[in-house]
Amino acid sequence: MILPALFFYLFASVCVASAVMVIASRNPVHSVLFLILAFVNASGLFVLMGAEFLAMLLIVVYVGAVAVLFLFVIMMLDVDFTQLREGFIQYLPFGLVIGAIFLAELLLVAGGWVMNPSVTKSITAAIPTNVSNTEALGLVLYTKYMHYFQLAGMVLLVAMIGAIVLTLRHKVKVRRQDINVQNARNPELAMEVRKVATGQGLQDADAGSWVK
Amino acid sequence: MTIGLGHYLAVAAILFTLGILGIFLNRKNIIVILMSIELILLAVNINMVAFSTFLGDIVGQVFALLVLTVAAAEAAIGLAVLVVYFRNRGSIAVEDVNLMKG
Repeated sequence: MILPALFFYLFASVCVASAVMVIASRNPVHSVLFLILAFVNASGLFVLMGAEFLAMLLIVVYVGAVAVLFLFVIMMLDVDFTQLREGFIQYLPFGLVIGAIFLAELLLVAGGWVMNPSVTKSITAAIPTNVSNTEALGLVLYTKYMHYFQLAGMVLLVAMIGAIVLTLRHKVKVRRQDINVQNARNPELAMEVRKVATGQGLQDADAGSWVK
Repeated sequence: MTIGLGHYLAVAAILFTLGILGIFLNRKNIIVILMSIELILLAVNINMVAFSTFLGDIVGQVFALLVLTVAAAEAAIGLAVLVVYFRNRGSIAVEDVNLMKG
């Protein structure tokens, strides 16, 4: 009984502490590494809640893809990050006030909040007890929420195409293979046969086209 | 000592507030702003999974999955825009983003 509580406090405290370090650390690379730590601990919280599939998804998608993408971009851009931190102290009081107001509002809402007892009657898809979490998720995701699932796929497709279109650039100096031009090339286009009179060579008027 | 719904909601609330705070503190560093947005979306996901578990309704986890998708797409597009902006201006300072004077 005490072990889940112990793990909850472990995961929650490390998650919150690393979230603090994400926004407070000087080096953005450290920020990304603390973000990874926060996500790993959040996935620990998910496992404690019984959402194993989402926990693994969080590790695969966030730690494996998004955080590495952040790392790539930070290391690729040659930016002076100390210069970007200049306003940190200046914005600190303002940000703390906003954060305190926001947290107070959230706590006020949470303090005066009671669950409607009839809410259990309006459950859309109850969690089945005899199958694993992954199977239970698949049972509703591929039937009842098929359209949302496909919409999510479309969102990812648009994001992928958008990212490629944004970052792709054609350099002028790079010569690329153009298969149409290659196939359209024939001996007449490739070379020119000239009759050269003995002792005269080519006329100067022709020179411009071949002496380069 | 039992861990209830309120504990998870408290963690999510703290993470959400930290994300908001991060946006205000790192006004100049757009990469940390993007990371703060990821923290906010993580807090939302924790909320959804917590309610899903404690109400016994799996739909919350389906929606958490969709939020995860949108978060990944948002990070990819945001970083692509950032890279293009850096190519054009040689800097990623947020206060320089006023070309359109909107």
